[in-house]
Amino acid sequence: MSIEIRNICKRFGNFVALDNLSLDIPTGELVALLGPSGCGKTTLLRIIAGMETPDSGSVLFGGQEATHVHARDRQVGFVFQHYALFRHMSVFENVAFGLRVRPRKDRPSEAEIRERVMGLLKLVQLDWLAQRYPSQLSGGQRQRIALARALAVEPKVLLLDEPFGALDTKVRKELRRWLRRLHDEMHISSVFVTHDQEEALEVADRVVVMNRGHIEQIGSPDEVYSSPASPFVYQFLGNVNVFHSRLHGAWAEVEREGEAPAAGSIAFVRPHDIELDVAPLAGGMTAGVLHVHRIGPLVRVELEHDGETIEVELTRERAASLDLPVGKTVWIKPRQAKVFAAEAAPPAGKQPFLF
Amino acid sequence: MFPAPAKRDGVLPGFRLGLGYTLTYLTLLVLIPLGGMILMTGKLSWGSFWDIATAERALASYRVTFGASLFAAVVNAVFGLIVAWVLVRYPFPGKRFVDALVDLPFALPTAVAGITLATLYAENGWVGQFLAKLGIKVAFTPLGIVVALIFVTLPFVVRTLQPVIEDIEAEVEEAAASLGATRWQTFARVLLPGIFPAWLTGFTLAFSRAIGEFGSVIFIAGNMPLISEITPLLIISKLEQYDLVGATALAVVMLVISFVMLLVINLLQWWAANRHAKGSDAEPAEALAPGALVEARP
Repeated sequence: MSIEIRNICKRFGNFVALDNLSLDIPTGELVALLGPSGCGKTTLLRIIAGMETPDSGSVLFGGQEATHVHARDRQVGFVFQHYALFRHMSVFENVAFGLRVRPRKDRPSEAEIRERVMGLLKLVQLDWLAQRYPSQLSGGQRQRIALARALAVEPKVLLLDEPFGALDTKVRKELRRWLRRLHDEMHISSVFVTHDQEEALEVADRVVVMNRGHIEQIGSPDEVYSSPASPFVYQFLGNVNVFHSRLHGAWAEVEREGEAPAAGSIAFVRPHDIELDVAPLAGGMTAGVLHVHRIGPLVRVELEHDGETIEVELTRERAASLDLPVGKTVWIKPRQAKVFAAEAAPPAGKQPFLF
Repeated sequence: MFPAPAKRDGVLPGFRLGLGYTLTYLTLLVLIPLGGMILMTGKLSWGSFWDIATAERALASYRVTFGASLFAAVVNAVFGLIVAWVLVRYPFPGKRFVDALVDLPFALPTAVAGITLATLYAENGWVGQFLAKLGIKVAFTPLGIVVALIFVTLPFVVRTLQPVIEDIEAEVEEAAASLGATRWQTFARVLLPGIFPAWLTGFTLAFSRAIGEFGSVIFIAGNMPLISEITPLLIISKLEQYDLVGATALAVVMLVISFVMLLVINLLQWWAANRHAKGSDAEPAEALAPGALVEARP
C-alpha cells in the first residue's frame, strides 16, 4: 500500500518536530528515513503509524485519508527500537497476540493461529524458542520476535523505528540484510528510521535524508551519496574535509572543473578522494602528518595544513609503501570536490558530523 | 576456567553482618512475642484449648473477622486499582490534593475514623438516614465493619500499585494498539498481568491490616456476640475478665489462620512473579550462526 504524506506539521511545545513536510512512499518500496537525533524522523514514523497526530496536514494510505484513523485500524506493523515485547507472554503468545485480539468473527481458529505463528517463527528462524519468555532471549532474537509479531497481523505497511539501534554491530549487519530479503518476499511497503548512514545506504531502495523537521534530499542510496543536494547531506553521509576557498587560493585549481567558485564558497572533499604522496604533486599542497590511525583495512591520516586539520584515507598497502612518520611533510591533492555557496553551508568552524 | 571459590563471594559487602542483624531484629520484634504467646497456650490442655477455640462465639467471630476483611480487601483491590490508575494516568485539577487524601486513613487515629463513620452511618446520621429509607442498615451491623475496614485499608492497594503503573512502558501499549488490540484488550491482556504481582501485594497488605484492625471497628460494629463481634474484641473482653490463657488461645488461632492465608497468597505471588522468568539465569544464546539466515530461506 502506498503512503502519501501531505504538508505535515508537528510541534512539541516550542520545538518544531516536522515543518510542512510532504513525502510519497510508493507501494513495495523499502524507504529509510535518515537523519541526526531530533530531526523529526521518529515523529514522522509515529504519525504514519497513528501513534501521534499531526497538528496539520494529512496522511493517505493507498490514496485514502487516514490522518485520524486509530493505530489499531491502520493495518501497520510497528517494530520498536527496544522491542516492546510483552514480558509476561511466551514468544508464541507474543506473536499470536495480534490474531487473538481480533473480533470473534475474524479470529482464526486455534489450529490456524498455531500454524500461522509457527510459520512466522520459522521465517525468523526462532521456532525452537516458541515456549521461552522474552527475558530469556538475546537482543537480536527479541527483535526478530518483535518483527514476527508485527508481521502476524499481515500489515500493509511495516514501520521500523531504529530497529537495530540497540544491537551490536555484527548482529545488526546480519539482521539488516535479512530484513531486506524479508521485505522483498513480503511485498509490503516498509519505512525504517535510522541515524546510521551505512545502514540506510545498504538496505534501502530510497533514502530520505531529514534535518530539523524537513527533508534535505530524497533519492537512491547512490544518488544521495554521490550527488548530495546540500552541504548537510554531504556531511551527514560520510566523513568530509571542509575547505574555504577564500582562505585557500590554491583550491582554485581544484574547483576549476565545476562552476566558478564565488568568493567564500566552500569545498567538501571526502577523505578517500584526496591523493597523498611524499613526492611533490602537480597542483597539490603541503601538509604535516599529525596522527596515523590504522582502522582495519583503512589507514586514516590526520594532516595539518595552514592551521586546519585534514583527514585522508589510504589503503593499507598504499600507507605501507609511503612510510608516514608523525611530523613528516607530505603532498596532498583532492581528486574531486563538491562546492557549495557559503550561505548554504553550516557556519565555518563547526563540523558537527565528522565521525 | 577458575577453581570454584570456597565460599560465595558477593559483590556487596556485609552479607553476614546484614543477615545477622536482620535475624536478630526479626527475632526480637516478631518471633519472641509470638513464641511467648504460643508458650502461654501451653498451659492449656489440648482439650480445653480446642473448647475455647471452637466455642460458638469464637467461631462466629472468626467468620465476621475473616469474612469482613476478605470482602473489604476485595472491594479495595478493585476500587484501589481504579484510583491508582486515575491518579497515575490522567491529569486533572486538584490531582495532588486527591493524591494526598489517599494517605489520610493511614494518618487518622483509627478510633476517630470509627466514631466518625459510626456517626455518619447511624440511622439518623448524614448518610445513614438516606440508607435507612432504602432499608439498609450500616452502623452496628457486619456491613458497618466492612465499611470501616474498607476505609482503613484503602491506601494499601493504591500506594503499592502507583509506582508499578507509573513504570509501564508506553511502547508496550502502542505495540498492542498497532497489533489491533482495543483499549480494553490492551488493559486486560497486556497491562494487568504486568501489575498483577503488585496488585496481589496490595491486596495482601489490606487483608492483613483488616484482620488486625480493632479501633475503627468496635465503634461501628455494635459488637453483638455471634453477629458483629470481631475476634480482636473477643480477645479483649477475655482479657478484661482476666482470662489471659483463653485470650492467648484465640490469638494463636488467629495467628495460624492469618499465617496460612498469607503464606498461600505469597506463594501465589511468587508464582505470578516468577513464571515468566523460569530458567532465565541460563545465558541467552545468539541463535544465528554467521550466514545461517542466508541458507535457511525456504
